[in-house]
Amino acid sequence: MDFLKDPVTFLANQLVLWLTGLGLPEGVVRFLSFSIGAAILATSSLLFVIFLIWFERKLIGRVQDRLGPNRLGPFGLFQPFADMLKIFTKEYVTPSGVDPVPYNLAPVLAVSSVMAIWAVIPFANTIYGVDLDVGVVFVLAVGGLAQLGIILAGWGSNNKYALLGGFRALAQLLSYEIPMVITLLIPVMLAGTLSLTGMVTAQDVPFVAVAPLAALIFFIANLAEVSRAPFDLPEADSEIVAGFNIEYSGLKFGFFYVAEFLHGFTSALLFATVFLGGWRGPLAEEIPILGFIYFAIKTSLVYLTILLVDATVPRFRIDQLLNFSWKLLTPLALALLVAMALVDRAMVGMGVESIWIRLPVFLALNAGLFAAGAYFLDRARRRAPRPVVSGGPRPVARPENFTMQPK
Amino acid sequence: MTSLQIVFLIIAAVTLASAVMVVTARRLMHAALWLILTLLGVAAVFATLQANFFAVVQVLVYIGAIAILIIFAIMMTREVMSVTGPRLNRGWGWAAAAAAGGLAGLVAVLSTWQGFQTVLEPLPSGSVGVGALGEAFLDPNRFAVPFEVASVLLVAAMVGAIYIAVDRKVVEEQ
Amino acid sequence: MIPLSWYLMLAAALFAIGLFGVLARRNAVAVLLGIELMLNAVNINLLAFWHRSQQLSAEPHVTGLVFAAIVFAVAAAETAVALALIISVYRRRDTVVVDELDLLRG
Repeated sequence: MDFLKDPVTFLANQLVLWLTGLGLPEGVVRFLSFSIGAAILATSSLLFVIFLIWFERKLIGRVQDRLGPNRLGPFGLFQPFADMLKIFTKEYVTPSGVDPVPYNLAPVLAVSSVMAIWAVIPFANTIYGVDLDVGVVFVLAVGGLAQLGIILAGWGSNNKYALLGGFRALAQLLSYEIPMVITLLIPVMLAGTLSLTGMVTAQDVPFVAVAPLAALIFFIANLAEVSRAPFDLPEADSEIVAGFNIEYSGLKFGFFYVAEFLHGFTSALLFATVFLGGWRGPLAEEIPILGFIYFAIKTSLVYLTILLVDATVPRFRIDQLLNFSWKLLTPLALALLVAMALVDRAMVGMGVESIWIRLPVFLALNAGLFAAGAYFLDRARRRAPRPVVSGGPRPVARPENFTMQPK
Repeated sequence: MTSLQIVFLIIAAVTLASAVMVVTARRLMHAALWLILTLLGVAAVFATLQANFFAVVQVLVYIGAIAILIIFAIMMTREVMSVTGPRLNRGWGWAAAAAAGGLAGLVAVLSTWQGFQTVLEPLPSGSVGVGALGEAFLDPNRFAVPFEVASVLLVAAMVGAIYIAVDRKVVEEQ
Repeated sequence: MIPLSWYLMLAAALFAIGLFGVLARRNAVAVLLGIELMLNAVNINLLAFWHRSQQLSAEPHVTGLVFAAIVFAVAAAETAVALALIISVYRRRDTVVVDELDLLRG
């Protein structure tokens, strides 16, 4: 019965018992059990990517009125394995003039930085890697290492398109990190803790219901962080060939490919943890495996939303992308943070402790700021200069024929 | 010697070796990469001091922001950075002497202090929360003023950096 | 478990290496890297002394942490301004070698 309720803890306890039975000292047992846990977590995340790749190709195929992979295995389920074999056996082409250390370090950083986030995410009541007291900051810090991987790939490749793609990716990641960090502060403030497990336990009401605008801004900024459409500029193949990973082949390219899918799914995990209540649900505390199922369902819903947005929205231009972050998302997130902090403080000061009384006020605040944001967005759209073809009957498709004129 | 001490010695060796590489590497890009390794080592040292928050913030601020900013600057001034001139100036012997003298002086002064050999014990859990730090920063009787001064400094630096670095030729053309 | 002296000596060595970098390197960005090393050495010292004062008394001490946090803020501000200066100098003078920036020499 214990096994059915909470298989992971059960197995972990058995493992510790067995290792202690071998006569190993306590420190070594702890070290070994943590290493085995980390290895299992990392491997399962990588294996899961295989399924994710199949799912995304199938879904995007359906959206584009195609069948998607359907030859290998039932519903084409074995297609990623064939792709994997192909990538494993491909030749490594290392261009001349690369800077070897950055060039080879970049793919490793790209994958490992994403996998490190899995260490602090609580998958269920009892299933988590570590309960770090600064979990949120850890997630952000590790995200910085991914940016380092991109800049190293761009620099080390000795290719101007790779460098341009790296610059582009970095500009995007740095500008969207700011609204993301600010909106993450709102759940931190509501929960009163930086630990992700503590944040899940604090969500008697999921924070998406308390601060829907923060959730929306976080979702958009996250889309940009994982380079999904409409923010997929770093890999805009029609503009800069393939971006920072152009000079990579074989397994090194595979690393970037895996990192991209894993990053998308990890952002869904993070959203479900911080805004949707993680493993919280009926009976989840008594039966941890049920909490794991709730968490999986919530994450899948978020990931499905990311994929549907990715499949249906056209790409931003670089100036639109940067303006959207700096002129709309960042001020809006700052205003929301300050407003929510002030209101929360004032209401706690008046003795209103229950979340149910504070909830309508928070919702009204969010709605008001959302309306303000929508108004400014619409005003910017109306005022935006549009490219107008000037002059008489000249051919249209030459750059000098385009001038920017106010409408 | 306990396992923690061995771990500390390894971290210290990596940190110091990469710090030496930072000041001697011929290519500036490599110096910046060695700096990142040094910063990671310092973050690990913070972790051994049970300053978890600062270990993570070290990675977030130093590696995620400062090191990336420096690499960005190196990339933008690429022609100059790849010049193969002497990497040290003529007075580097004097600089080495000053650094060695400084080190010797510091160690000599510190070793006369009676608390020098204090052994740092593990702190009881719960005594090193981030909450206490946050409350101290916002308490008007304690550190609210330094906190505000730091934020003013950051804003001033941001405005100043943008004003200095903006390319006037490009702005005037527009 | 670890003596305070080890931390202090590590910090002193890091500071000396950074000082050498600041004094000896010709490139302005390399000088900046040296300054970062020195600031990190200072932070190690601050946090080591914070740990010591924390273990000597029961009530929570945060002064060392506050100082370290201020050093982080100052380091970020200093890097931003210094890099802006370096890029500006590079645009005007086409060099970032400190020895060649001698416009004020009589």
